[in-house]
Amino acid sequence: MNFRAIAAIYKFEMARTFRSIFQSVISPVVSTSLYFVVFGAAIGSRIETVEGIQYGAFIVPGLMMLQMLMQSVTNAALGIYFPKFVGTVYEVLSAPISVPEILLGYVGAAATKAMMIGLIILGTAGLFVDLQIAHPVAMIAFMLLTCISFSLFGFIIGIWAGNFEQLNLIPMLVITPLVFLGGAFYSISMLPEAWQTIALFNPVVYLVSGFRWAFFSMSDVAVGYSLLAIAAFLAFCIATITWIFRTGWKLRV
Amino acid sequence: MAPIISVNNLTKTYDNGFQALKGVDLDIEEGEVLALLGPNGAGKTTLISIICGIANKSEGSVTVGGYDITRDFRKARELIGLVPQEMSVEVFEKVISTVKFSRGLFGKKQDDAKIEQILRDLTLWDKKDNRIRELSGGMKRRVMIAKALSHEPRVLFLDEPTAGVDVELRKEMWDVMRALKKSGVTIILTTHYIEEAEAMADRVGVISNGELLLIEDTDTLMKSMGKKVLKIELDEPVTEVPPALAEKGVVLSPTGTLDYTYDTAAQQTGITDVLADLRAAGLKLADLSTRQSSLEDIFVGLVTDQKTGENAA
Repeated sequence: MNFRAIAAIYKFEMARTFRSIFQSVISPVVSTSLYFVVFGAAIGSRIETVEGIQYGAFIVPGLMMLQMLMQSVTNAALGIYFPKFVGTVYEVLSAPISVPEILLGYVGAAATKAMMIGLIILGTAGLFVDLQIAHPVAMIAFMLLTCISFSLFGFIIGIWAGNFEQLNLIPMLVITPLVFLGGAFYSISMLPEAWQTIALFNPVVYLVSGFRWAFFSMSDVAVGYSLLAIAAFLAFCIATITWIFRTGWKLRV
Repeated sequence: MAPIISVNNLTKTYDNGFQALKGVDLDIEEGEVLALLGPNGAGKTTLISIICGIANKSEGSVTVGGYDITRDFRKARELIGLVPQEMSVEVFEKVISTVKFSRGLFGKKQDDAKIEQILRDLTLWDKKDNRIRELSGGMKRRVMIAKALSHEPRVLFLDEPTAGVDVELRKEMWDVMRALKKSGVTIILTTHYIEEAEAMADRVGVISNGELLLIEDTDTLMKSMGKKVLKIELDEPVTEVPPALAEKGVVLSPTGTLDYTYDTAAQQTGITDVLADLRAAGLKLADLSTRQSSLEDIFVGLVTDQKTGENAA
């Protein structure tokens, strides 16, 4: 293991984050606050509770999930896309470093940042609503798994993307709708029956549901299925990346 | 001594079927400066990219310091530093942090004294805390060299180090290369400036169309393939070459001198005979000079030969 190389990449990526720490933190905090104002205060005053939970608190796991998914994907994607764009990726490719080590560096840093943002949003939410976390260990575990697997996904996007538009395409066109339709702001059980069935094909449903279980001990789907879904997604991403590096797709000609 | 780099029957075929390398064999000795010459698209960069791990080979094998670049890629790559052709730098980073990053990436323990030495040698020390985007083009190239040297490689690849840089900077780069050679680093540089190869290289390899056409000591190459021209200036210029001299291949140049081209490698150059004929013709010499043909002539000759050969085949 080339630990120094992992540390070098990780530190380099984290330095990039801290160089723009203000933008990195301020935008998720502001947008989360806006969600609270709109959904929590304005709409929440008409809904009051969902399955016995205050609506303001009910949306917290979904909001965290939304931001963590976005942050994981965009950070990891930019982390590898930028060196590709400016050409400095040659250095990583010519270094005595293996694929798992490259991933630990880039994906580790992106996941760390997403975790940090998630925790900051949790803190922000605490200012608006009373929060009780039923299973804190499970909550952290879900956050970690989510951040890691979606950072891997972002890494794939970063390698795939040929320009900055494509880089933004997936987060905007895929992640956001999936999260909004994935029960971030409502319980799946509130949907008409046909839509409930369709929703079950949305992977984010399982993430949000499992994450919500960690907070309130209640979920749309059994927590076991949530874990299974996220494990499957993780495996898919790892398999894809292994294939990318073996064939050199878009990286090594 | 075993060569530091050994390339055996290396081929590279791209997905679109284009064959960039057609079975290249090449041994590079430790401590030498090897210049790879060739026109654009000849396969120089592809060769370097494969040795450094940026591109995958199709067939053949490469060892660096005895380590196979695929099987023992870590040990092989630790020995190599690469300065690519394109200007590729992390513009938002500070000089010193980008160099330290490179050292870490190659698995070396951080060593502030070593980094300082490298930056001082490249006259970058004063700029160490500058962001790279604030530097001039020449300085950026130096940063790339500093990055490539950060892990103390034994082999340095310089891909077109002086392409598109002004004369002054080119001279600077040459000084840097000379200093590196002195420190024992093996240098492989690609260039299409013949002047550069002549000035810097111990050996010259000519690549064209994915093949290594020849590899030879720079001096030997010049001698063995070089033709010399004897320029004879006469006291009283003539309007036509005396028949005896014309038979020996002497021609009248546009400037009025009599030119005799001879092969330095031939057993008899025929100079004495030419001079005797001059005397017999009653011509008086004003001056004599000789001119050695340059690598450029040799190079153009080789590449043209290859093209003619292909057309004939």
